[in-house]
Amino acid sequence: MALLDVQNLCISFGGLRAVDDFEIHIEKGQLYGLIGPNGAGKTTVFNLLTGVYKPNEGIIRLDGTDITGKKTIEINKAGIARTFQNIRLFKGMSVLDNVKVGLHNHYQYSSLAGIFRTPSYRRVEKEMNERARELLEVFDLAGEADFLASNLPYGKQRKLEIARALATDPKLLLLDEPAAGMNPNETRELMDTIRLIRDRFDMTILLIEHDMKLVSGICEALSVLNFGRILAQGETGAVLNDPQVITAYLGE
Amino acid sequence: MSLLSYLINGISLGSVYAIIALGYTMVYGIAKMLNFAHGDVIMVGGYVVFIMTSGMGLPPVLAVLVSMLVCTVLGMVIERVAYKPLRMAASPLAVLITAIGVSYLLQNLALLLFGANTKSFKSVVTIPPLVLAEGQLTISGETIVTIIACIVIMAGLTLFIKKTRAGQAMLAVSEDKGAAQLMGINVNGTIALTFAIGSALAAVAGVLLCSTYPSLSPYTGAMPGIKAFVAAVFGGIGSIPGAMIGGILLGIIEILGKAYISSQMADAIVFAVLIVVLLVKPTGILGKEIQEKV
Amino acid sequence: MKKMNPTTKYNMITYAVVIVAYILVAALGAAGHISSLMEGLLVPLCIYVILAVSLNLVVGILGELSLGHAGFMCVGAFAGSFFSMCTKEAMPGGLRFFLALVIGAVTAALFGILIGIPVLRLRGDYLAIVTLAFGEIIKNLMNVLYIGRDESGFHFSMKDSVALGLSPEGKTILNGPQGITGTPHDASFTIGVLLILLTLFIILNLIHSRDGRAIMAIRDNLIAAESVGIHVTRYKLMAFTLSASLAGVAGVLYAHNLSTLTALPKNFGYNMSIMILVFVVLGGIGNIRGSVISAVVLTLLPELLRGLSDYRMLIYAVVLIAMMLFNWSPKAVEFRERYSWKRLLHLPSGSGQSTGK
Repeated sequence: MALLDVQNLCISFGGLRAVDDFEIHIEKGQLYGLIGPNGAGKTTVFNLLTGVYKPNEGIIRLDGTDITGKKTIEINKAGIARTFQNIRLFKGMSVLDNVKVGLHNHYQYSSLAGIFRTPSYRRVEKEMNERARELLEVFDLAGEADFLASNLPYGKQRKLEIARALATDPKLLLLDEPAAGMNPNETRELMDTIRLIRDRFDMTILLIEHDMKLVSGICEALSVLNFGRILAQGETGAVLNDPQVITAYLGE
Repeated sequence: MSLLSYLINGISLGSVYAIIALGYTMVYGIAKMLNFAHGDVIMVGGYVVFIMTSGMGLPPVLAVLVSMLVCTVLGMVIERVAYKPLRMAASPLAVLITAIGVSYLLQNLALLLFGANTKSFKSVVTIPPLVLAEGQLTISGETIVTIIACIVIMAGLTLFIKKTRAGQAMLAVSEDKGAAQLMGINVNGTIALTFAIGSALAAVAGVLLCSTYPSLSPYTGAMPGIKAFVAAVFGGIGSIPGAMIGGILLGIIEILGKAYISSQMADAIVFAVLIVVLLVKPTGILGKEIQEKV
Repeated sequence: MKKMNPTTKYNMITYAVVIVAYILVAALGAAGHISSLMEGLLVPLCIYVILAVSLNLVVGILGELSLGHAGFMCVGAFAGSFFSMCTKEAMPGGLRFFLALVIGAVTAALFGILIGIPVLRLRGDYLAIVTLAFGEIIKNLMNVLYIGRDESGFHFSMKDSVALGLSPEGKTILNGPQGITGTPHDASFTIGVLLILLTLFIILNLIHSRDGRAIMAIRDNLIAAESVGIHVTRYKLMAFTLSASLAGVAGVLYAHNLSTLTALPKNFGYNMSIMILVFVVLGGIGNIRGSVISAVVLTLLPELLRGLSDYRMLIYAVVLIAMMLFNWSPKAVEFRERYSWKRLLHLPSGSGQSTGK
C-alpha cells in the first residue's frame, strides 16, 4: 500500500479550479517530485495535503488513514510535515528553540512542571536539547544553535526549516521549493542533504522544485502539474522525455 | 411619539458616528491600520471652533472652515511623522501602538493648553428647531444639519471616489498597494490624501458633535472615536456605505439602549454590539473577507 | 562550580534587582528617610509592576495587543474585596488576604477564559479594540451592580440599593457607583514585593518551558506553528488567561490598599490599560525585566521631579511614539544595525549577530 494515496482532489477559488482531479501515489521511502510552471497549483496541492485548505472533492489517505478535511495540527500529528516556499521560521527564537518547537508534541511535561522546574521538567528538557542538537548536527547547524533564527544566512534558514519539520517525526516530508534562492553549490549540497534525510530517517519526501538539475538528480518519480491538472506522471526519466511535458513546461 | 423622537435622535447621533467612521474606514482600507488618534482629531476640531467663535467672536462658518483646514494639516502631519516610517515595520502592532501614543499626545496637549475642565460649547447651528405634530415632536436645528451634512458628505465622497483620478487611485491602493505602485500610482501621496480627507471630516464631525452635546473637554473625542470605529467594523471595515449604515444603526442602538434599558449601560451595549458582530460576522455587514496567503 | 546557564542567570539577576530594591527601600524606611508621599507610592508601584509584567506576557510573548488589562484588574479587585468584606469578622487577616488573592486571581482568570475564547480568534487591531470594549463593559457593569447581604443570604440588583430589599440588619456590600467601602487594609509593600517575585517567577519560568516556546512560536509565525502541530487556540488562551489572572492579583492588592473601591475611568478605564501598555513598550516589548524597571521609573520620576508632574502624561506620549519609531521603523532598524557598537568594535557576537543576506 502507498504511504500517500490521493484521489480525485479538487478545489476551486471563486469559480476557478485551482486543482482539478489531482491524484498521486507515493510509496514509503520514495523521493517524489512535483513540478510544473508557475501558478500550476503546486503549492495549493501542499496546502490541501496539510489542511490549510479544505478540498471540495477527493480523498487523502496517509498510511491507510483518511485525513481528508482534517485540521493542520491533526495532519501534522498524523505524520505530514512541511516547509514553506517563503521561509517561515520563528524569527524571534533561537535556532535550537525552533527545532524544540518541532519536538513539542513528542516530549511532554505539564505546565506546572514547567513553571516549578520539577525534575521531570529538567529531564525532558535535557532529552529535548539532545535530540534537537542531533538534528542540528545533521544539517550542520549545531554551531549556530544559540543564534537568533533570523540571523542565519538564507541557505541555513532553509535547512533549519527542514530540521524543524523533521523534529515533528513525520512519515512524509513536504518540501516547497527547497532550492529557491540558492546558488549551484548550495543546491548540490542540498541534494546531498535531502538524500541523507531519506536514508538516515527512512523518510518519504515529496518536493516542489523548479531547479531541473535537482529534480532529475534526486527524484525517482515525478508528477507534472499544468493549470491545476496532471499532465504526466511516473518514473523521472520517462516523464522528463514525455513530449507533452517538454512542450508545456521544459520547452517554454 | 417618544419612540419617534428617540429614533430621530439616534439617526442624528448615528450620522456623527458615520462621518467619523468614514475616516476610520478609509484609512483602514488604504493604509491597513487602525488610526487610534482619529477620535482626538475630532476634539482638536472642536477646540479650534470653540476658540474662534467663543474666544474671538468670528462667524461660525469661517470657524468651521479653519477647523477643517487645521485638522487636515494635523492629520497629514501625524501620518507623515508617526505612521509613514512604520509602514513596512516587521510587527503590525508597531503602528497601532504608535497611534495610541499619538492619541495620548493629543489629549494631553489639549489638557495642558486648555485645562481639564469642560467648556460649554456654543452651537454653531442657527436654524430654528422644527416643530411637528402640534408640538409633540421637536427636531432641533442641530439634528437637521447633522443629518443633511452626513448625506451630503456621503454622496460627495462616493462621487469623488467614482469620478476622480485621485479617488480611483485610492481604490487601487486599497486593493493592492504593490500593484498600484507598479501602475504608476503615487501610493504615499494617496495615503496622505486619505488622511487629509478623513481628518477634515473629523473636524466636521467634531463641530456637529459639540453642537448637539454642547460640551468640550480634552477627552471629548476619545469615546465617540472608539464608538465610530465600532460603527465602521459593524458596517464592514473598508466599505464607505458600510460606515454610513453601521454609524446610523449604532446611533439608534445607543439612544434606544439609553432610553429603554439603562443610561449607565449605554456604552456597554454599544460595545456588546461590536463583540456580537465580530463573533457572528467578523467582516461586518458590507465587508469582504481577506485570507492570508500561505 | 557548574557554569550557570544564561537564562537562569538572567532570571536570577531579575529577582536580585527586585530584592535589592526592596531591601534598600525597607532600610531607608526604617531610618526614616522616606517621605509619606513616597510611602504612599510603594504599594501602587508594586501593582504597576505586576500589571506591566503580566501585560508583557500577552503583548511581548504572545504578540497580541490587549487594551483591556485594567478590566481584569477591576474584576480581581472587586472579587477580592467582596470576599474580604464577607469574611471580615470570620477569619484572621493573613489567611483572609491570601484567600482574597486566590479568589481575585481565579475570578479574573475565569473572565480571561470567557473573553479569550471568542476574542482570540480575531486579528491584531480587532483584538485590541474588542479587549478595550470588554474592559469598558466590565467597568460599566461594576457601576450598576448592587449586592447586599442579610440573614437570608445575598441579594442582587441592577437598579439601586433600595431594590435589594435587605432586612434592617442587612448590609449593602457593593453599592453601585459608590462601590465597596471598608475593605480591610491588608496590602503592604512587603506583600506587594512578594507578589512581584511570584509574578516574575511564573512568567520567566513559563517563557523558558515547552508552553512558553509554543506561545512564542505562535507570535512569530502562526501558520508555521500550526504546521508543526502547535495547538494555537490552547496556547493563546493559556497566555491570555494567565495574564488576566495576574492582573486580578494586582487588582486585589489595589483594593486592599484603599478604604473605598470604585470603578472609575481613572483606575479601571482604558486609559489605565494604555498606561500599562506604555510601561511595557518603554521597557521593551517582550523584555520582562524592562517592564519592571520602566514601571518603577515612570511612576517615580514624575513624582520625584515635582515640576514635571503636569507634563507626565505628555512625556509618556512623546516617549512612546519616539520609542516605537526608533525600535520598529525599518530605517531606524537598519541604521542601528549598521552602527551597532558590537559591529563597530568588531566583537565576536553570539545570538545578537547580524549577517548580510
